[in-house]
Amino acid sequence: MRAFRDSLYRLAFAVILLGIYMLVRLTALLQPAYRNRLKQQNLIVQIKALDKPMGRHYRFADGKVTTGAGIHPGARASMVFKSAETAVRLLVFSHDHQAFINAAKMFRVDLEGSQEAGAWFTETLSMLKTTWWKFGTKMDDGTVRYTNNTNGGPVFVYVKDNRIVRMTPIDFDGKDAPSWSLTARGRTFTPPRKTSLSPHGLASKSLVYSPDRLLYPMKRVDFDPHGARNCDQRGISGHERISWDEALDIVAGEIERVKREHGHGAILSSHSSHHTWGNIGYYLSANFRFMNAIGHTKMVINPDSWEGWYWGAMHHYGNSMRNAAAEPYGGVEDCLRECELIVYWSSDPEKTNGNYGGFEGTIRRRWAQELGIKTIHIDPYLNDTAGFWGGKWIPVRPGTSPALAHAITYVWMTEGLYDKDYVRDRTTGFDKWQDYILGREDNVPKTPEWQEPETGVPAHAARALAREWGSKKTYLSAGGKGNTFGGACRSATGSQWARSMVCLMAMQGLGKPGVNFGNLQFGAPVDYNFYFPGYADGGISGDIEGTASAVNLYQRMPHLVSMNSVGQKLSRMRIPEAILDGETEFYPTDPRALERQFAKSRFPAPGGSGVKMMYKYGGSHFGTTMNANRLARAYQSDSLEFVVNQSIWNEGEVRFADIIFPACTNFERWDIGEAANCGGYSLHNEGQLNHRVVTMQHKCIEPLGESKSDWQIYHDLSKRLGLGAYYSEGLTELDWCKKIFQACDAGKHISWREFLRKGYFVVPAEREELRAPTAFRWFAEGRQKDVPEPFPLPSEYGGKFREGLQTRSGKIEFEPSSLKRFDDPLRPPINRYIPSWEGPANKELSGKYPLQLLTPHPRYSFHTKGDGKDSSINDIGQHRLLIDGYYYWIARINPAQAAARGINSRDLVRLYNDRASVICAALVTERIMPGVVHACESSAVYDPVGEPGKSPDRGGCVNLLTPHRSQTDKTTASAPNSCLIELEKCNSQGT
Amino acid sequence: MNKWNMIVDVKKCVGCYNCFLSCKDEHVGNEYPGYAKAQPAHGHNWIDIELVERGQVPMVDMTYVPKMCNHCDDAPCIKAGKGAVYKRADGIVMIDPDKAKGRKDIVDSCPYGAIHWNEEEQVPQAWYFDAHLLDQGWREPRCVQACPTGALKAFKVSDNEMQQLVKTENLSDIEPEYQTRPRVHYKNLEQVRRRFVAGTVITEGNDIQEAVEDAEIYLLRGAENVGETKTDNYGDFKLDGVSGSGTCRLVIDKEGYNSQSYDIELSESINVGAVMLLPVEPRTHQHAESVAS
Repeated sequence: MRAFRDSLYRLAFAVILLGIYMLVRLTALLQPAYRNRLKQQNLIVQIKALDKPMGRHYRFADGKVTTGAGIHPGARASMVFKSAETAVRLLVFSHDHQAFINAAKMFRVDLEGSQEAGAWFTETLSMLKTTWWKFGTKMDDGTVRYTNNTNGGPVFVYVKDNRIVRMTPIDFDGKDAPSWSLTARGRTFTPPRKTSLSPHGLASKSLVYSPDRLLYPMKRVDFDPHGARNCDQRGISGHERISWDEALDIVAGEIERVKREHGHGAILSSHSSHHTWGNIGYYLSANFRFMNAIGHTKMVINPDSWEGWYWGAMHHYGNSMRNAAAEPYGGVEDCLRECELIVYWSSDPEKTNGNYGGFEGTIRRRWAQELGIKTIHIDPYLNDTAGFWGGKWIPVRPGTSPALAHAITYVWMTEGLYDKDYVRDRTTGFDKWQDYILGREDNVPKTPEWQEPETGVPAHAARALAREWGSKKTYLSAGGKGNTFGGACRSATGSQWARSMVCLMAMQGLGKPGVNFGNLQFGAPVDYNFYFPGYADGGISGDIEGTASAVNLYQRMPHLVSMNSVGQKLSRMRIPEAILDGETEFYPTDPRALERQFAKSRFPAPGGSGVKMMYKYGGSHFGTTMNANRLARAYQSDSLEFVVNQSIWNEGEVRFADIIFPACTNFERWDIGEAANCGGYSLHNEGQLNHRVVTMQHKCIEPLGESKSDWQIYHDLSKRLGLGAYYSEGLTELDWCKKIFQACDAGKHISWREFLRKGYFVVPAEREELRAPTAFRWFAEGRQKDVPEPFPLPSEYGGKFREGLQTRSGKIEFEPSSLKRFDDPLRPPINRYIPSWEGPANKELSGKYPLQLLTPHPRYSFHTKGDGKDSSINDIGQHRLLIDGYYYWIARINPAQAAARGINSRDLVRLYNDRASVICAALVTERIMPGVVHACESSAVYDPVGEPGKSPDRGGCVNLLTPHRSQTDKTTASAPNSCLIELEKCNSQGT
Repeated sequence: MNKWNMIVDVKKCVGCYNCFLSCKDEHVGNEYPGYAKAQPAHGHNWIDIELVERGQVPMVDMTYVPKMCNHCDDAPCIKAGKGAVYKRADGIVMIDPDKAKGRKDIVDSCPYGAIHWNEEEQVPQAWYFDAHLLDQGWREPRCVQACPTGALKAFKVSDNEMQQLVKTENLSDIEPEYQTRPRVHYKNLEQVRRRFVAGTVITEGNDIQEAVEDAEIYLLRGAENVGETKTDNYGDFKLDGVSGSGTCRLVIDKEGYNSQSYDIELSESINVGAVMLLPVEPRTHQHAESVAS
């Protein structure tokens, strides 16, 4: 019986092998693209089974394929099955990737021989299917309309003759799911039937065709991997074009060399915090998969958007898995129906657009205005949210906001303007908090008069604000998201500020109707139970440690696990010290528990190597690293033996690399993604959109020049390192897109074929009776947690699962028990006001540098994305100013400070302190309060007028000026908004 | 015949520059034969935004004003163009990219500065309502589609219907004195043309300062009452819509307090700052209590 079965399988195997040949010929006959594919290689490959050896080989020569039965000794690569039965099962059911993965893990299927040839063959087999797939919509004007995604929203991409003609937001059609509507105060609201797009998304075409695109692999002219490396010339000497083969050989060779010579963790993987959109090409996906496969010192990103929340607010109310952001659900309906006042504090959603959120929240804030909901705006700068909605502007000196918060608390306590029942039932430690605020403890009552000299806010204004807030149902929009972020959390007092935000809400009844965190940016009534992976779900990485893959995607999409064998980690903020000093200490981000942030890490780890090779993705770090001249010096260190930079554009730090890999944009490769969905610790980030939109990211045009997709570059390197089959699993990027589609819930509504053709899918809105509940309502009412987030982790509950908050008491703790068990002098259990170590209170420094530098996010670019690079954004007069042919970064200066220094708008000015000089163009404006200079962080242009790291920068990287000191001694928390400078008129060389 | 018009509501403009960027996206690197040569990558802002700021810290407000070719019915560029610039039946003003070649003089004919000189192609260029798209059936030009707040809206209506809209929506021209009969109409523009007088009324007692709510504010020019308002719960007042200039008298009244008045010189919007009102009767009783405690 067994023999009979085996012979049947062998017969079937033989038929399949011949069938493959016939299918290849037929497809080549009918599909020109496939015909061209076959012309790429001249080789022999084969498929064989090991039991009673049998197989068939295929010879590809000059675009023709021939075949022969039996195993060929000259085959470059062989696809090997343990038995004919295994082969038949896997080849017949080729859509069942789980079966394939299981077989591979059990070594029932393998790839022998040349990695290159093997990969080419498996991709060629995969294309037997994919080459028939249709995508895009033909338009009347001869263009084809594709879809794609940006960091600022999804887009239609119109293409003609392999060239992008235009990109637009997506207008929905009649077949797309209906929009939700909601009623509030007798009115019914429904959002517009289209997506919205941030400026940096709308500028994408100009960035695709930027003259700063890297189009060829390059090598630094004075770098010789086998001779003089001239590391001290990084950033100074130029680059020359080399072939992909040469570039890949050098990098693969260096990977092997540094691992052999220096051991554990010699390779540092460093990347920016954001990427071009998608689930395949994203750094957390293709990049992590590769880096895990070679083993690397993992760069730990500090929670730089959340900073003070993570290190401070978390201890009062938990939410650690959100880096201490508040729950984001239900806020749109509750705010519109109940709220009377929105207090924006260090919050400019009209600039930051939530996070990837386009202008989806703007329309809802319009409704709030139409309903008569008042707004207050506390910020040193009349930001665009304040300017647009026109509420009262309360300018506050940078870094002093906690003092204002304490004074508000004082008024509430002394005038009884708080929710006493809530404080009694839902909080702990209020007595101690009162002792501090009322001055019983230190004889200093924290009155409005007390705060005035610190903050610059008149006592009468602080008192009036406290009374209005204390007597109205108020949403606190703390930070741009409303429930976290904010420049105030990125200063020496950042954790104090975020802590005070939670303590304020605890007194007003967080979660009661109309009382919550938010600004209508989050909590739209979309379907939160529909699964689509966000980028932090790890895409194809298989990284179950460093991404959220293990939670959902790993089970939903069969693929191999990847695991970094190197335990050594390095904080992004301490990379220069690690390279220059050889050692450093830091507190790595770990949001799993409140106390995880207390653990200190040392670099190098025991037995670990220093950083000998840096694999850098992107070139943005000069714009986004505090005291960034450190970075230039580190790059020029001899101890850093090799730097490869993989980037789309030649910006910032790319020129410091020894080898440059040119990557293509997301418009030139396949990917799939949902707008604004970033998964991970911003779970349900897509809840800020009016419609959830899943987008096929069509490969709209061929990669420019010789650039390649990130996935392809990593795959090419993998093949050189023997990792090719492991890296690709025999799949192409388009195959992976389909796998992601199959892993998500869209297949219940739309077929892959239709989705691929049309390019997008609007997730049906949630039915009214099933909409997600309002954040913290369960907590305010003492019920079991009912919002759809799987946080905190079960073991983090002090009591029963899903009862109470993550704090040990389960309540909001005015004196956090977690901080009581840890000693950090600048972060005491009671949230005392401790002035910034770099601010007006630092008399010695402020005598020399009397101005506070405020470095918020830029409005028109997304961090460095969209800035410089000849982007159309440069022409926006509020972004950069064109003076004598150069686009200068803007420094906004109050007329009083400008007049005292003889500065007019459009004058060049040098911003300076002991750390650096940066040349900007002055914009004199009453939008910035006296004593403060406003210049955004994240310039993409680093353009030192002389030696890098030692001369003025006229690109506008104001983070050269900001301190790299951590907020407190026992955190690794950035504090760029605690920065003192002076400024003066200058010329284009900074003199 | 229905014709194209635009309504720009400056109160709805959040200053995102999507109109500016979508125009660049549509025209940079793209030539549309018969309509326009490609726009140069830089220097041509066919649609641009002016930011108008008023007042002084902390009484400051701001308005973004998008500007573009007005598609005037009495267009000076058409007269100057002598056949190189024409008006389509749907109201759109087109600069013929071939006939206008070398005609730099057309740039200067526009009083709004909306025409740009393309050095490379040697043609004057302006925002032409994306007529090439409308002719293909697009419902609106790119800038309107990309506008997230509805600050820009395009209407294809009859001239009579548009005149009705001008009246009912209280629309105005960007520069009425030019009298060119623009087809781009502005809403809420008065907020950038007017001036305001603002300030904060406070009082003092028991060593603390407090805002004075409901103080009455009058602005007088001679005997004429130019405007009046009341302070809010922050003691703030903002008398908006003040026209004219010269010396005015600001009067602050609140029952139980001594009146205050100031002469102010009106040339631009002004924040007079904190104005202290003292009670008519010194509150000696309360003061004594405070000392006692």
